[in-house]
Amino acid sequence: MERPAWAPRSIDISVPSVSRIYDFYLGGSHNFEVDREAARKAMEFMPGLPKIMQANRAFMRRAVRFAADQGVTQFLDVGSGIPTFGNVHEIAQGVSPGAHVVYVDHDPVAVAHSQAVLEGNADAGVVAADLRKPQEILESPEVQRLIDLNRPVALLLVAILHFVEDADDPYGAVAQLRDALAPGSLLVLTHASYEGIPLSPERAEGAVDVYKDIRNPLIMRSREDIARFFEGYDMVEPGLVPMPRWRPETVTDDPDDADPWAFSGFAGVGRTA
Amino acid sequence: MSAEQDGPEDRLRRFATIWSRAVFPVTSTSSTRPEFEEQLLPLARRLSEALRGRALDTGEGRAVGAALVAAHCTDPDALSRSLDCVDSYLVLYCGGDGDQEDLRSRSARLQHAMAAGYAHALRERTLAEQEAIAQAALRAQGVVAQALHATEARFRAVFEGAAIGIGIADLDGNVLQVNGALLRMFGITDQTMRGRRVQEWTHPEDAPQTWTLYDELVRGEREHYHVEKAFYRPDGTVLWTNLTVSLLRDADGTPQYQLALMEDTTERRLLNLRLRYEATHDALTGLPNRTFFFERLEKALGAGQGQRFGLCYLDLDGFKTINDSLGHAAGDRLLVEVADRLQSCATAPGEMVARLGGDEFVALTTGPDTEHEVDELAARIMNALIAPISVDGRDLTVRGSIGIVEGPAGERGPAEVLRSADITMYRAKSAGGNRFEIADEEADARAITRHGLTTALPAALERSEFFIEYQPLVHLGDGSVRGAEALVRWLHPQHGVLGPDRFIPLAEHTGLIVPLGRWVLEQSVRQAREWRERYGAGAAGGPLRINVNLSPCQLTHPGLVQDTVDILERAGVDPDALCLEVTESALIGADDDLLKPLRRLAEMGVDIALDDFGTGYSNLANLRRLPVSILKLDRSFTQSMQQFPADPVDLKIVEGIVSLAHSLNLAVTVEGVETGAQAEQLRILGCDTAQGWYYARPGPPERLHELALVDATG
Repeated sequence: MERPAWAPRSIDISVPSVSRIYDFYLGGSHNFEVDREAARKAMEFMPGLPKIMQANRAFMRRAVRFAADQGVTQFLDVGSGIPTFGNVHEIAQGVSPGAHVVYVDHDPVAVAHSQAVLEGNADAGVVAADLRKPQEILESPEVQRLIDLNRPVALLLVAILHFVEDADDPYGAVAQLRDALAPGSLLVLTHASYEGIPLSPERAEGAVDVYKDIRNPLIMRSREDIARFFEGYDMVEPGLVPMPRWRPETVTDDPDDADPWAFSGFAGVGRTA
Repeated sequence: MSAEQDGPEDRLRRFATIWSRAVFPVTSTSSTRPEFEEQLLPLARRLSEALRGRALDTGEGRAVGAALVAAHCTDPDALSRSLDCVDSYLVLYCGGDGDQEDLRSRSARLQHAMAAGYAHALRERTLAEQEAIAQAALRAQGVVAQALHATEARFRAVFEGAAIGIGIADLDGNVLQVNGALLRMFGITDQTMRGRRVQEWTHPEDAPQTWTLYDELVRGEREHYHVEKAFYRPDGTVLWTNLTVSLLRDADGTPQYQLALMEDTTERRLLNLRLRYEATHDALTGLPNRTFFFERLEKALGAGQGQRFGLCYLDLDGFKTINDSLGHAAGDRLLVEVADRLQSCATAPGEMVARLGGDEFVALTTGPDTEHEVDELAARIMNALIAPISVDGRDLTVRGSIGIVEGPAGERGPAEVLRSADITMYRAKSAGGNRFEIADEEADARAITRHGLTTALPAALERSEFFIEYQPLVHLGDGSVRGAEALVRWLHPQHGVLGPDRFIPLAEHTGLIVPLGRWVLEQSVRQAREWRERYGAGAAGGPLRINVNLSPCQLTHPGLVQDTVDILERAGVDPDALCLEVTESALIGADDDLLKPLRRLAEMGVDIALDDFGTGYSNLANLRRLPVSILKLDRSFTQSMQQFPADPVDLKIVEGIVSLAHSLNLAVTVEGVETGAQAEQLRILGCDTAQGWYYARPGPPERLHELALVDATG
């Protein structure tokens, strides 16, 4: 009972949401004008933001396939946002039919939309929970129903940790989730950074400010700090790298051909011992 | 897929490659470019086939446009780039060797169809996604609203059912909502309450900080405050509350509302006030009582530099007599009137009057200038008592004795000050009453002992703190021990052994002399019997006698004869073993009534000695009339005989007295014999017995045994 009833917190679609902004960058229309306004404003500083999102999406696709190829059949996608296309369950169940997927997001609209998309899919579920409270994720009925924590799980923290401030102890949360996972589990992670952005940090900061304005501060971390999220994991080759350099799938898929913006931030996969 | 070098399949592939390269940068697909090319290849084939088909099927163009949208080419640039590409390369790579004019026309029509198909699909997709997200938002809102409804229902129940008053107002003070408990407290309806403003609720008893705290809160500088606050009800009565006000902020932390929680403390407060009043006021007179007075005195004594205090301690003279003769009800009415008069004497700020109990009152004045104020206050009090007080139709004259203590604050404690005032008051009383005295330290010290001894006397008797010493009486003719004088002593727990001069007057004053005297008589008679049992008769043949002093008070006590007889009988001692000593002054001008008990005792055989003879200007002629058998010569006559040669005048006087006494058949005893020469001289002068340090100091009864034995053997 944190809030008194006469000052209710309703779903306020007049406030931009990071997951709807993300959808807009991916060419989707699952967004409202406030979201697009914020997205365009950030793009004034970082015109390549859609490319970064796309690279995230592409990395995630490759990582999920990699996990499925490794025999992992359980996926926990925290910070899943608005399901658009190339979602985890589509990729995973495409490779390994019957794979179990649980999406987690703290945005009630994203959760509601996910529920609509997943209707009829018995092997996938969605949880309204926050990465900052890992216990709530692990104890949710969907995780209990779909994820067997005694077997390996692919934990996806794609483009989410840069929205968790140090004060909220993201390292603690990641460690708590890691401790719940069986050996052979994978951590699939991307994170924003000033490193790799084809802009001066001063300019990139304009975009960071936009997120600050919408009360979802974007925390840019150094490669070193991002690597610390993998504590307790063995890095899967090629380690923590710019997204296009993580296991390009075909010989013709030359990372050097990728958009320069796609090299912003880092991606990596780790495996628990 | 194998394709013949530069065959149609190879050319189709090359078209798809160019197309994918053109469009890929503006797509949102998560696929790689080669993958994207694979997605475009079937579309390229459909365009190629449509281009060369018998009749131009523009539906294929529309389908390809829609397929682009499905492949996440939602950026309109993807369409324009696609159309550019088709326009430039479709006929070139897929036209074969057909009519160029016709092919170009067909390509153009396919492009139109693609644009239409793309636009249609994008519109459909956009609308669908907008619908989907709107639905999601709605559903999410529904979920939240439902949860909210549950909590709100709960909160509403708490709000309405709470026993304490709850109210919400905006930051301008407009009351938005209040609960039933609050309405009941104020005794008004919801309608009346709405539209009221918090700032209207001022009350004269508001603590100074009340509204400062309020202002700080509504400015967002304070999260909450707690005060005791009074409110006027519409009917004019006052509601007292324990009020807690909290600031409510929104999610951004911006202050939004103020929340008041209040508890009705009116009853409790009234009760507290009444209890406090009752605890601090005298029920009879309504004056502040001892507790209240002590609080005020303590405060006055704890005041800062330069502050002084003046205290008048009043005790009515003879109030006990009024109470005893007219009854307590009359006494009470008198006290009420006295209280009223006193109250009117101390009306200035810093002055107060209190009743300590009984007929004891105090008046206090404080400030820098109490040195003369306290005298004025005492004078006002004495004045106020001058007019007689009418009780039950009688005019009673009331007088009082006042003890005044005045001094600077910060030196003495309340108990000490009050004791000093009490003592000083007694001094005023001893000096005759109807006056005031000012405390001075020396007089205090004296009085403290006197006062202390007086109050300690009764308990001392109970606790057997008294004991008796015996001083031998020696026959001057043969030096034998004939008896002893019993002298009472008090072994005081603090002051040590006290002689009779220290406490007998006090015992006389309080009347305690009667039981004390009886006790001394008992003890002495018992001692006399013991001596007789052990030694039989004295050395000279007569029995050892005991001399006991009788105070004037005992002399008039009606039980004297009976008590004495009882004591002698109980001890089995003959009356002739007892000599009662009475001072000459006690018998001066004694009438027959006073002498009657003595005469009866003398008739029984008890000797009566006239003590301190020669100090009281006795009517010598009167000696005949007195039932005395012994004269005890005052020590002043014998003092000069300690030297040699003795004063001849003194010798003549003593000789004369002895001669007179013997002619009246009285024996003569001398006191204060300190030297052998003295003793010899007195013997020559014809004195019969003597006592003094020359023989023995007063001591325990065993010492007398020793003397008697020495006497017997010597």
